[in-house]
Amino acid sequence: MLGPFGRVLGAAVAVALAAGCAPGSDDEPAGGKAGAVSTDVAKAGKVTLTVWDQEVQGGQREQIEKLNAGFQAKYPNVRIERVSRSFTDLQKTLRLALSGSDPPDVVQANQGYAAMGQFVKAGMLLKLDGYDRAYRWSARYPKGLLALNSVGGGGRTIGGGDLYGMSLNGEIIGLYYNRDKLARLGLRPPRTWAEFENALGTAKSRGELPIAFGNQEKLPAIQVYGVIQDRLAGKDAVRSLVFGRGGSWTDAPNVQAAQRLADWARRGYLNADANAVKWDDTPVDFAKGRGVFMIGGNWWAADLKAKMGDRAGFMVPPPVREGAPPVTMGGESLPFSITSKSRHPDVAAAYIDYLTSPDAMNVAVATGNLPALKASARPEGALPKDIAAAWEALSAADGITPYLDYATPGLADTFGGPLQALIAGKTTAPKAAAAAQRDYEEFLKKK
Amino acid sequence: MRALPTRGRPPRDRSARGGGGRPPGAPRNVGWLYVAPALAVYAVFLLWPLVRGFWFSLYDWDGLSEGTWAGLSNYAKTLSDPSLRASFGHALVLVVFYAVIPCLIAFVLVAVVSRTRVRGLALFRTVLFLPQVVAMVAVAVAWQWVYSADGPVNGVLRALHRLGLPDWSRGWLGDFSFALPAVGLVGTWVETGLAMTLFLAGVQKIPRELYEAARIDGAGPFREFLAVTLPGLRRELAVALTLTAVAALRNFDLVYVTTKGGPGEATKVPAYEVYNRAFNTGEVGLACAIGVTLAVLVFAVTAGVGRLAEGRGEARP
Repeated sequence: MLGPFGRVLGAAVAVALAAGCAPGSDDEPAGGKAGAVSTDVAKAGKVTLTVWDQEVQGGQREQIEKLNAGFQAKYPNVRIERVSRSFTDLQKTLRLALSGSDPPDVVQANQGYAAMGQFVKAGMLLKLDGYDRAYRWSARYPKGLLALNSVGGGGRTIGGGDLYGMSLNGEIIGLYYNRDKLARLGLRPPRTWAEFENALGTAKSRGELPIAFGNQEKLPAIQVYGVIQDRLAGKDAVRSLVFGRGGSWTDAPNVQAAQRLADWARRGYLNADANAVKWDDTPVDFAKGRGVFMIGGNWWAADLKAKMGDRAGFMVPPPVREGAPPVTMGGESLPFSITSKSRHPDVAAAYIDYLTSPDAMNVAVATGNLPALKASARPEGALPKDIAAAWEALSAADGITPYLDYATPGLADTFGGPLQALIAGKTTAPKAAAAAQRDYEEFLKKK
Repeated sequence: MRALPTRGRPPRDRSARGGGGRPPGAPRNVGWLYVAPALAVYAVFLLWPLVRGFWFSLYDWDGLSEGTWAGLSNYAKTLSDPSLRASFGHALVLVVFYAVIPCLIAFVLVAVVSRTRVRGLALFRTVLFLPQVVAMVAVAVAWQWVYSADGPVNGVLRALHRLGLPDWSRGWLGDFSFALPAVGLVGTWVETGLAMTLFLAGVQKIPRELYEAARIDGAGPFREFLAVTLPGLRRELAVALTLTAVAALRNFDLVYVTTKGGPGEATKVPAYEVYNRAFNTGEVGLACAIGVTLAVLVFAVTAGVGRLAEGRGEARP
């Protein structure tokens, strides 16, 4: 039976061996184009700019559609061809698109090693430092936000280095609360962490679910863990851990944070079957009145405002000591980057400049989003006001810590899995921390 | 029909016309021409990717920048990494749920049907086969709801609890002990119809006389099943086991939609890990090694099933 079939297979193997090249080596060498930077879009002639974004949810879609229309009205010679996909879909397809010979001009590449870091390492994104000088983005954005979109050492370090993208919106993981329920329990929005944990106990004893928490995807537990960790370990320790500058997941405060999460689960402060509840169902349940608190991103605010009106409140998770500077996990929305094979980098840069202009920040407010920079327009409604206030306080105090899953490409799995086990009572806090540390060490060694 | 006599010439020998004086029925080179189109498609879309996949599996490659030669280390990791090893274990558990249990259920159903006349058999068959027709993603979404905290399964269990039984309700797909069996039972539901349809077709070929003879010899239903039905269905069993076992081993969509491999790593399967390593963590070389290992495993299992069910050395027509 190895006759003709074997011969064909053998020939194919021979061809592959003769080709003898490592995968990925046939790509043309790429790198930042050193050519002169031009900010004159009108001079560029008729240009079609292909943009891949993931702004598909209500307010975000409206925001980007308005901005695209505005840019095309400003420069009639430019047509924007927009390809939008959900966040997850974009992450999967972007790898393939970028390694092709004709990638889109502008893409939203997620921060972290798994996306932006690898794309930079492979020379697929354009260094924006020249455009930064021409458009003075550094003067517009705080240093911390620029650092999040920067990559150093040719893709080996994140959180600093050369600028590769610009973000439109701010992101915070904060504490949502149901005002009605708090009032009924005789509680106020907590001012200290101890007061918060007492409130959880009170809610539990009165038959309420203290924290609405769906964790089927593993990532939610990492975010809740991060919020606790920010308080126990402090922002500097968290930052250096995530960016690989020092520290270990098994350091005492990091283990204690995991222990705290386990305690919450054991005491019934979280949904009993949290690992079976979908992340996206969490705000739906919360809006229906299941849960006094909810730890989650500001991206849920638009939906919650529509469903709960002013009954929903939002705050930075309270500090250990009353009055201490605010700190929580967060960052900025996916940055817009220019691909190194783009034929119109100058037009692409002008587009990014337009997206991040002061006018664009007002568009963000008008469409119910949280702009990365303070806008002159003010949001309407209690919840958006809470969120804007939280963002401004955090920006002023430099209180944002990076998402933990930036630390290694696999952390969402290698730590998220053990955290699921921890919540289910199937493992211990030191073991969960050790699992994260194993992955972390292996990744740092490879880097 | 009689062949018309060819005038003045004797009918020519076919093999002589083919040239080369080979015996009749021996393969001729022109045969390649006939299979060429199919072979070309097969080579381009199957053999070439297979070879490339194997080639990639020998490299450390993130899918973007240049890969570095890794030899067999990706295979070593596939076999030694506890989480990857566990995923192959889960796949074998799923084989029980996808292949063994459906075939057993189908046998019982067929045994009943072959002894009695069932009214509305066509409807019964259609309903059982229906899961095969529905896209797996739709099946997964539906079952996710069935298993959800407020889904029908928990609804029934809570009703039983109210009647005095212990409370067995839980988030099935998020439970470390029950997530894998829960996913497996979806497979049982899907594959039973396939096995039964195959067996029903096979059972109709078994001569009635054999059943009559068995009954005259005093065989009960169980004996009759072992002596007549089972041997008569051996080929159908081989087909059913092969199809369902392969479906179990390469199961991706169901796990991707319902659990994403969770909770923890309780429902991770190799096909999901291929995707996860290639697209999420950027370990394309390792993903290819897992894929190749999985292909070898599938090949071994199907070959094993073929030997087991096609008969132990018996010649078959």
